[in-house]
Amino acid sequence: MSRLTLKTQGDRFVIVTRRFAASPEAVYRAHIEPKLIQKWMLGPEGWSMPVCICEAKPGGKIRYEWAVPGRPGFYLTGEFVELEPYRRIVHVERMYLPDPTPDNRVETEFAPDGTGTLMTMRMTLPDEKTRDAMLATGMEHGMEAGYVRLEEMMPPAH
Amino acid sequence: MTLVETTPDSVFEALADPTRRAILARLARGEATVMEIAAPFSLSQPAISQHLKVLEAARLIVRRVEGTKRPCRLNPDGLNSMEQWLDVLRRGLARNYERLDAVLAETKPTHRRRQGR
Repeated sequence: MSRLTLKTQGDRFVIVTRRFAASPEAVYRAHIEPKLIQKWMLGPEGWSMPVCICEAKPGGKIRYEWAVPGRPGFYLTGEFVELEPYRRIVHVERMYLPDPTPDNRVETEFAPDGTGTLMTMRMTLPDEKTRDAMLATGMEHGMEAGYVRLEEMMPPAH
Repeated sequence: MTLVETTPDSVFEALADPTRRAILARLARGEATVMEIAAPFSLSQPAISQHLKVLEAARLIVRRVEGTKRPCRLNPDGLNSMEQWLDVLRRGLARNYERLDAVLAETKPTHRRRQGR
């Protein structure tokens, strides 16, 4: 767990770093190949991603839909801005809560690190109103909306 | 470039529990006694008190003494909505990347020989 760091940069960005025991090529591919994305970008336990559109080219569309039996699903759309194979991906995304959140520009870099990869992701911080909306929804409904739905992936605390 | 560290583990731990998050949401509306906090939950007062202890240790709430009561309120110096949001994001990403580790371990043999030693 200590391999993940998450820090704020000023009041506009979040910087996430994570090391992986695989080549930059492999980690990069896992971020743009639908068959691979569908295996890990899943949100809470029990959820799946039945729709994964990921057109890995500048201007290419992104659409991820998550689903779980017996409950409403949710989705995200986006567009690729820049792709530098095995090194860097820039894309814009928004989630639907159900209203769309402001666009989040995400820059993801993959750098060789020994025999593995150091991934650095810079994303835009949502403004206070958006954050509060996400958290308020989450607190009332068991963190069920948007980003905060990721919360359910955590094992219950004892 | 100034990088600000996010909050310590005790805070993440405190926020990991849905009941404790709900208690914080209640206290965001104003100060409350243990009995008032416990009302919407199907939990005993001792169970709620235990949650309050965790929140107090993480400095998310503060309590004052009023006769036999010890009303709770949010610690104004505690976690703000930004930090809560970051906490949720952090744990969500951590879980996704653990899955990605497994995906990478599976796909590794099909990839080229590693670079470097």
